[in-house]
Amino acid sequence: MTAGAVPEARPTAPLQTADGVPLKTALARAQRRAKWRAAALVLPLLLFIVASFVVPIGQMLFRSVSNDEFSAHMPHLVAWFAENGDAAPDDAAWEALVLDLREAREDRSIGLVGTRVNYEMSGTRSLFTSTARKADKMEPPYREALLDADKDWGDPELWGVMRRASSPYTGAFYLSAIDRTRDAAGDIVMVDENRQVYVAIFWRTLKMSVTIAILCLLLGYPIAHLLATLPMRYSNLLMILVLLPFWTSLLVRTTSWMVLLQSQGVVNDVLVWLGVIGEDGRIQMMYNETGTIIAMTHILLPFMILPLYSVMRTIPPSYVRAARSLGATSWTAFRRIYLPQTVPGIGAGILLVFILAVGYYITPALVGGTTGTLISNLIAFHMQESHNWSLAAALAGILLAAVLLLYWLYDRLVGIDNMKLG
Amino acid sequence: MFLKKLLATSTLVALGAASAQAGEVTVMSWGGSYTKSQVEAYQKPWMEKTGNKVISVDADNPATPIKPQVEAGNVTIDVADVEYSDAVRLCDEGLLEEIDSSTLPPAPDGTPAAEDFIDGALTDCAVASIVWSTVYAYDTTKFPDSPPTTMADFFDLEKFPGKRGMRKAAKANLEMALMADGVPADEVYDLLETDEGVDRAFAKLDTIKDSVVWWEAGAQPPQLLADGEVAMTTAYNGRIFNAAVGEGKPFQIVWDGQIMDFDLFVIPKGAPNKDLAMDFVKFATSTKPLADQASWISYGPARKSSGALVGKFMDGKTEMGPQMPTAEANMSNALVNDFEFWADRDTELSERFNAWLAAS
Repeated sequence: MTAGAVPEARPTAPLQTADGVPLKTALARAQRRAKWRAAALVLPLLLFIVASFVVPIGQMLFRSVSNDEFSAHMPHLVAWFAENGDAAPDDAAWEALVLDLREAREDRSIGLVGTRVNYEMSGTRSLFTSTARKADKMEPPYREALLDADKDWGDPELWGVMRRASSPYTGAFYLSAIDRTRDAAGDIVMVDENRQVYVAIFWRTLKMSVTIAILCLLLGYPIAHLLATLPMRYSNLLMILVLLPFWTSLLVRTTSWMVLLQSQGVVNDVLVWLGVIGEDGRIQMMYNETGTIIAMTHILLPFMILPLYSVMRTIPPSYVRAARSLGATSWTAFRRIYLPQTVPGIGAGILLVFILAVGYYITPALVGGTTGTLISNLIAFHMQESHNWSLAAALAGILLAAVLLLYWLYDRLVGIDNMKLG
Repeated sequence: MFLKKLLATSTLVALGAASAQAGEVTVMSWGGSYTKSQVEAYQKPWMEKTGNKVISVDADNPATPIKPQVEAGNVTIDVADVEYSDAVRLCDEGLLEEIDSSTLPPAPDGTPAAEDFIDGALTDCAVASIVWSTVYAYDTTKFPDSPPTTMADFFDLEKFPGKRGMRKAAKANLEMALMADGVPADEVYDLLETDEGVDRAFAKLDTIKDSVVWWEAGAQPPQLLADGEVAMTTAYNGRIFNAAVGEGKPFQIVWDGQIMDFDLFVIPKGAPNKDLAMDFVKFATSTKPLADQASWISYGPARKSSGALVGKFMDGKTEMGPQMPTAEANMSNALVNDFEFWADRDTELSERFNAWLAAS
């Protein structure tokens, strides 16, 4: 039979099912039903991911560029800025400011307004709250009245900050997150040297995460190899030793390390007892970078061992034996035969450990002290202590971008479909 | 006899009230022996009196969850115990219910609440319960011969070797550094307003930075001292008192350079049991409960009329009067925390403090 013979033979009468429905329609209907069923099965998961992942991250990113604490509560001044652009404040502007101060005090939003400006210009919060207290009694000319209340109102930098804050959308928090700010003229400059903190901590986070990932690889590789080559009954026993700490609470493991590492702790006591160090020479192993690296390496080690193990198990031992029988030294056999086959496991382990380390919070908070804190601790600080959520969101946004960049690099270099997680 | 009768009637009244409406309020405080003192002095008597239930929860800083909860419209705390600067800040941002001070119960002799409270103890949204202070304390076994006596000694690593514990925040540390550097208490905040003053405070902190263990929760410093992790630590005075007198630990408070502050009750906007919360706050800050609290921890009551009622510690021996931050002998070179300064400068100085911490 030649192709296309049937439709040519009966061009006017399309194929029909037994009950007279055209075959095409029936097929589409059946397929549609199957599609719906498939979609319904996936739907809960999809909704869950959207609700628990996409929406919060979207909100976070939105929060990092949007802050209406000033613009929503100073309507008159916002309107004046919209009409007058870069002009110097005139009588109408001063009047708008006084009206807004009055109203913001009335509805108790003056603190929000002051706080928003204070983010970019320190010391201005009380300028708003204290002047607002007096704003009820102010009379024209308003410029003089305000300058009487506090001469800082004449500061052009303050007006610059207010002008920028009159739009709810701003890049100011991303600037802050990389230790930069705008000066009175609107140019981007570095913040005062002794307030520069975020870039240094980002670098530290990166550096420590790389260190921890490499340490995990060096420690985990031989263990994974041992697990993969031992007979099953021994390797299962050893596997329990890897998995037990993995199943133990993070907090328990971190505090256990505190018990071990503190200067009156187990390790120091043993060293003193052995006479390695004197009572005065106790080593500071905690509340610094060392403590964070030790504890995090231990905690993240299973994330390296498990993917390595799953890859190593699938490598037939005969390959290495073959290489040896053909005259390769054990080092050559390892380097040219075994190692390349474990690369997917190495990649997965490094990526997992690194990404987890970059966002780590509890361990550095507890044992990090001053030199071992990571960027997540500063994000938590701005969420909980300073309540500067936009800055926290901007810091988190940068962290997210860095992780995505790394993922992209990994995909280009190793190929994401080469990754084996377990 | 009279007291018994009174108790009997009040119990009857309480039972009647209980059957009418038994509610719950969630009170958030700072934990440890401080929360315990509030449970004993405020919560248990209030529960007995009204038949309502108090759920006591703790936080490292109870002011912290208020903003997220109010903004998310999901408030679970009815009453929170916060510091002065936080009370003012939260109130200015419209996150707290207003509390009309004229509705607070008067002193037993009829003095209206507005006059009975210490100056500054009442704000639009908050009622103070106690005066507490940040002091430093040392382990007496570490310095048996010549113990430290001044704020400067805390920063003197040569005369008094050993690690120091300090709160991981700019607040209090900067003031203490300046006082240790010889600045009299009443000039501290004027100096901190200037860049030179802040530089000077950080320079002083630099001298002990390498020997500092940083703490975050109020229960930590007595623990650090007890563990021998530090030889001296800044701390809230009541915590040290309870560890020393209550648990017999060899700790001694140094009052020189103490920084006094109020702790206040606030009600977050949209608290689920607002009316009951208001009732609880009124009860807790009335004369007798405030005086009672002082027998559980050494914090001074914020009402003048409570002062006369302050008695002995729960061990039945220690007179509480001399243990209060406000006791005459403890007041030489004392500083009162300036909430306006911190409401204003917290962002800048915390950032600088974080940068200073991060630089190794």
